[in-house]
Amino acid sequence: MSESIIDVRDLRREFTVRSPSGRVRRTKRSVHAVDGLTFSMPAGAAIGYIGANGAGKSTTIKMLTGILVPSSGTVRTCGLEPIRQRRTLARRIGVVFGQRTQLWWDLPLRESFRTLAAIHRLPENVWVKRRDELIDRLDLAAFVHTPVRQLSLGQRIRGEIAAALLHSPSLLILDEPTIGLDVLSKERLRLFLTEQRELHGTSLLLTTHDMDDVQRLTERVIVVDHGRMVYDGNLPGLVGRVGAERVIVLDLVEPSPPLSGIPEAELVGVEADGLRQRLSFSPERTTAAAVLAAVGERASVRDLSIEEPDIEDVVRRLYLSTTALNDHVK
Amino acid sequence: MCAAHHTLDVPDSARRSFRRRTTATARRVVERWRLFAAYVAMGFRRWSTYRLAMAAGAFTNTVFGLIKAYITVGAIGAAGGAVGGYDAATGATYAWLAQALIGPVNVFGWRDLAERIRTGDVAVDLARPIDPQFAFLATDLGRAAYTFIPRGGPPLLVGALVTGLALPSSPLPYLLGTVSIALAVMASFAGWWLLNLAAFWLLDLRGATTLYLVASNVLSGMIIPVHWFPDWLWTVASCTPFPSLIQTPIDVVMGHVTGTEALSVIGVQCGWLAGMLLTGQLLFRAGARRLVVQGG
Repeated sequence: MSESIIDVRDLRREFTVRSPSGRVRRTKRSVHAVDGLTFSMPAGAAIGYIGANGAGKSTTIKMLTGILVPSSGTVRTCGLEPIRQRRTLARRIGVVFGQRTQLWWDLPLRESFRTLAAIHRLPENVWVKRRDELIDRLDLAAFVHTPVRQLSLGQRIRGEIAAALLHSPSLLILDEPTIGLDVLSKERLRLFLTEQRELHGTSLLLTTHDMDDVQRLTERVIVVDHGRMVYDGNLPGLVGRVGAERVIVLDLVEPSPPLSGIPEAELVGVEADGLRQRLSFSPERTTAAAVLAAVGERASVRDLSIEEPDIEDVVRRLYLSTTALNDHVK
Repeated sequence: MCAAHHTLDVPDSARRSFRRRTTATARRVVERWRLFAAYVAMGFRRWSTYRLAMAAGAFTNTVFGLIKAYITVGAIGAAGGAVGGYDAATGATYAWLAQALIGPVNVFGWRDLAERIRTGDVAVDLARPIDPQFAFLATDLGRAAYTFIPRGGPPLLVGALVTGLALPSSPLPYLLGTVSIALAVMASFAGWWLLNLAAFWLLDLRGATTLYLVASNVLSGMIIPVHWFPDWLWTVASCTPFPSLIQTPIDVVMGHVTGTEALSVIGVQCGWLAGMLLTGQLLFRAGARRLVVQGG
């Protein structure tokens, strides 16, 4: 039996929110940040954990790492009880909170690595080799001697990830790692993470708003809404379930009249006098090839690209469909 | 299970297992020291990046040292040449030493932890496999080690040139003095650690910080020696850890207290330090517990 690296059973977490009502009195209100979450993650897996702001993602991560006590339910991370065995657990996992830093602001990365090696009790021959590998793979050499406060966001995040991986944890938890990064930095980071997983079999739990992150880095997606799981499966399944459509963008040889009336496809945009047209279609009902063939009878295509649905859209559609379902049940 | 079985049967393996356990303990001690040293070194390097702030601090301490030394000498002269065991030379020396200790002992304190609690960055500290108090204390010792010469040197140098310093000529007071200063640094840290922890419960620490600063500055002997206090204030001061921060290390360095008396005041410092660190440890746990239970 393959061991689960994360095992969550009926996990709940409530917060009490006090808000003033009148001059003296305050009303207390309970907010369910995480509400009956159950899932397990096999060792070596990669999960994209997605949801809108306030859906309960960070709360879940804090409970997984032992920083927050669950209101009820059980959590096991790396086979440990996070709250009781927080420090032991901290040696086995690497966490990057995208909005916070675990590096020392006034020191260069190099010094942070030295201190982290001591914290994780890594022998000299082990951590120096690992550090050099990370410097090489994340391209840190140019700024490893620069104080962290002077690094750009992209450089700092790469440094954060290196710091989280120095002790070769078996589970890496990344909370919004690519937020605010430019396309090139994101790409480099994704390549690096993919490579690390192949080399070391590191399990990955990732929260993100970026569809490409999910697509490139994970094979499974969990979507939460108001602390409840609304989807657990792969990305094509998610897209299929909400009926999100793909968009085919056609650059035509010459301006053409609107390509309406293509079977199973809908014209969603016409630009530059019909030189560029967009057709949306559902992969369930037709294929890109069929759409293209039908277009070919009416206009000649110079170039084309296919746009995947973006994650915000998919999640919004999913939320809408579950809300509708809930209303129906009520 | 397996090991226990073998120890019963084969004495040889029992010895081996004992040795293994001793080596494991020894290794843990070595690792802990390595960690401690790494944090001290890091604190040292972190503060060594703020050279301008260091120079500004040393300048301020020296200028105020001049003012204090002259006021002290004037007051002693007006009182007929000696007050509470200090003559002009020892009074001025006291003033200069107090100024020299401001930096290393960190009399005006720090608020990093309170800030981390307020912003939630303390989550990063909790996600590390190390006790935060241990980490902060080691870092602070590194800071003190770095500030010792650049913040302590200038006031003493100017003091030696302007009023002269009345310091003992035997090595023992300096040796004991170093121990006493190290204890003062840690005690000051422990006090500010407690104050910072209040951020777990209070939204704003300005009031508490001001109170603490007034109390610690007066009662530590920063402004005038505790020995000059009226009896009632002396009693109040001796019920607090504050004299351990400034008065005690100066008394030891100046040879004001020697022999068993010196050891006994150092003992008092140790007592306060242990008590405050322990309270800090328990309060941090309570605070972190509140954080992890209530969220934040």
